[in-house]
Order: sequence, then structure tokens, then C-alpha cells
Amino acid sequence: MIEWTILWEARDTILSGLWLTIWLFSLSVIGAFVLGCIVLYGLELGGALAWLLRAFVNAMRALPFLVLAYLLYYGLPQLGLRMNAITAGLVAMTVYHGAYLAEILRGSRMVLPPGTIEAAQAHGLMPRTIFTHIILPQLLLRTRPLIGNQLIYAIKDTSFLAIITVQELTAAANAVQASYFIPMPAFVVVILLYWAINVCIELAVSKAGIFGAKRGFENV
Amino acid sequence: MTERAWLLLLEGAWVTLWVSGVSIAMGLVIGLVIALVRSARIPVIDQILAVYVSLARATPLVTLVLFLFLAAPTLGLSLDRYTVAIIALTLNTAAFNAEIWRTAFLNFSPEQKEAALACGMTPAVMFGNILLPQMITTSLPGLVNEMTVLIKSSPAIAIIGLVDLTRVTNRISAVTYEPLPPILAAGLLYMIIISVLLKLQSLTEKQASRLAM
Repeated sequence: MIEWTILWEARDTILSGLWLTIWLFSLSVIGAFVLGCIVLYGLELGGALAWLLRAFVNAMRALPFLVLAYLLYYGLPQLGLRMNAITAGLVAMTVYHGAYLAEILRGSRMVLPPGTIEAAQAHGLMPRTIFTHIILPQLLLRTRPLIGNQLIYAIKDTSFLAIITVQELTAAANAVQASYFIPMPAFVVVILLYWAINVCIELAVSKAGIFGAKRGFENV
Repeated sequence: MTERAWLLLLEGAWVTLWVSGVSIAMGLVIGLVIALVRSARIPVIDQILAVYVSLARATPLVTLVLFLFLAAPTLGLSLDRYTVAIIALTLNTAAFNAEIWRTAFLNFSPEQKEAALACGMTPAVMFGNILLPQMITTSLPGLVNEMTVLIKSSPAIAIIGLVDLTRVTNRISAVTYEPLPPILAAGLLYMIIISVLLKLQSLTEKQASRLAM
């Protein structure tokens, strides 16, 4: 029982870790989303740029997240580009999950029926307008379960940043257990917190599912 | 990059491969057992397993590895780093595999089961000769995908000081003061390992869609 009292007194460390995890997750997911859409648009244009982007996405898919974080945090200073751990983590999260989101959207783009796009072209819409108003909204509604999965991978990947010394939730649990030697309660609480975040993401995805079903996307 | 650095990298790759390999093998079997026990719908046990699967899928591997490593001694267990790493990876991958096996089990056609039982097969013979071979074919692409995910999250074991393919780059750069080449080389080795698995996945997908006819 005394262990839980100690943990309650050390709650500030855990909460600041939780805050940093949520902050890293939210910022990088927004960044990854923007990056994913830009990469998709680049793939749409075709040519050498599309080839380069395909190579980038494939490289990210074959690389563990931590290796990318290592590359940015430990590797780049050799080239004179020094970032602090949080920036490096944020950039790594954005780039890595941006590539995965682009791949998810690309997969759905390949099987998107061409009817709506042809109709938009016949109405004289510009290619950029077609992309933002016709293609992108349909892809996002179609891929929402996959995007939800990717968000869960993203929240789990934030914990890798503990290895490059970011003081997020897992590092906070480690700090608390190291100061007071209460590994059991500290980690049980942190695991439950991760679980709660996951449940929230799953709820948000099913809410998005209801929204999508209203728009006639229930079968995809 | 000297020859010695490459040798260290290969040693790291070997640690990554064998720790992940053992966990994948155990995770496949444990996942199957969990899926079968859950299909029997025994009260209490079913709920406990459901909570385990949900928790293990939500817990980041880094957290799980660290938790097991630090909490095991307080429970009076003395485990070395390799054991902790293998247990953590197995707990993680078994939960994902259990869901894959369970989907295959739930989607299995009841007609074939009835036909097998009507032919006088015992449930055990039916399982071994009819159910399991088809379950393996249909779930293999998903299982190989899960193996790829596991290899990609295996650097989590670096947090308890195991020198795997990611961690070994720190060791090399501590001597050479040039961190970039070993990290790029480690990335290259990961890419080779993972592209082999991705190739395997597309092969099993072809096989599964051919046999599903």
C-alpha cells in the first residue's frame, strides 16, 4: 500500500511524461498527416519525383522506427546538424508515420473508382481542386480503420524515444522507479495510461466510422 | 567502417535475429493456443484472455521490456536480459497472433466441420487434418506481416542494455567518433532482413489466394 502512496506523491513526474507523450503524438500525427497528403499529391503528379517518393516510402517501411530516430539524433550531428532529443523525436515520428500514411492512402488510391474524378474533370475542375475536394476526402473516409491502426502504432512508437533520452511516459515511469524503487506500481499505472489512450483512439475511429456510414461509405 | 565494425554489426544482427526468431516461434504457438482456448468460450478464462490480448496490444514494447526487467526481481524472479527480452517479445507477438488465428478460426466454414464429423472423424482428427491446414494457409500472410512488425519493434530490447543491431551502433561510434556510417549500415541490414520477410509475405498471399479457390 505504501508503494501506491509514494507513487501518488510522485504523480507530477508521471503526469509530465504523459503530457509530453500526448503532445509529441498529437504534433507528429498532424505533421505526418500533412506530409502523407503531400507525398500522395507528389505520387499523383508522376515522373521522377514520384519515383523518388516511392523509394522514400519503401525505405521507411523497411526500417525500424528507432533506427530513424538514431539517425537523426546520433547520426546527423556528424554532418553538423544538431537537434535536441525532443526535436529529433518529433521529426522522426513525423517522417516515419507520414510515409506510412502516404502508403495507406496510395493503396486506397489505386482501387478508387475513376467515375468521380472523370466527372470532376468533365466539369472543368483544376487538378489541385480535384485532389483536395474529390480524391482526398474519399480516400480518408475509406481508409479510416487503417489510419486508426497507424495512430495506435504511432502512440506506441513514442515510447522508443525514451531510448534517445526524451522524458516521455515510459522514461517518466523509469525515473520514478529509479528514485523510489517502486517498479511494479509505476509501470502498472503507465501501462494502464497507454491502454486508456488506445481505447480513446479506438473510440474516435468508431465515431469516424459512424460519420463515414452517414456519407455512404459503410462497406469500405 | 573497418572490418571489425562490420563484425560487431553482424553480431548485433545475430542477437536481433535469434531473440526475435525464438519469440516468433513461441508467439505463433501461444497465439494459436490462446485462440483455441478462447473459441471454447470458457467463462472467466475467456474474459481474462480478452483483457490480456487488449492490454498486450496496447502496451508499447519498450515499456513492457522495461517493466518485466525491473519488476521481475521484486517478485523474486532472477531473469537474465535475454530471457526478459524473449518473454516480452513473446507476450507482445502472441497477443497479435492470437487475434489473427482467431479470425481464421471464426471464418472457417461450418459445412466442412459438419462433413468431417459426419464422416466419423473425432474432433481431434478433424482439427489436425481439416481445420489446422486451412487455418495456416489463410492466416499465414497476416502472421508473416506480424513477424515484420516484431522485427521492426525489436530494437526495444536495447533499453535494458542488450546489444542488438540498433544498440551496437553506439558501441562502434564510441570508438570511431563517427556515428553516421554504423547507423546507415545497421539500417541497410534491417532493410535486407525486412525485405526478405516482405517477399515471403507476398509469396504466402499468392499461395493463400490460389488455395482459397
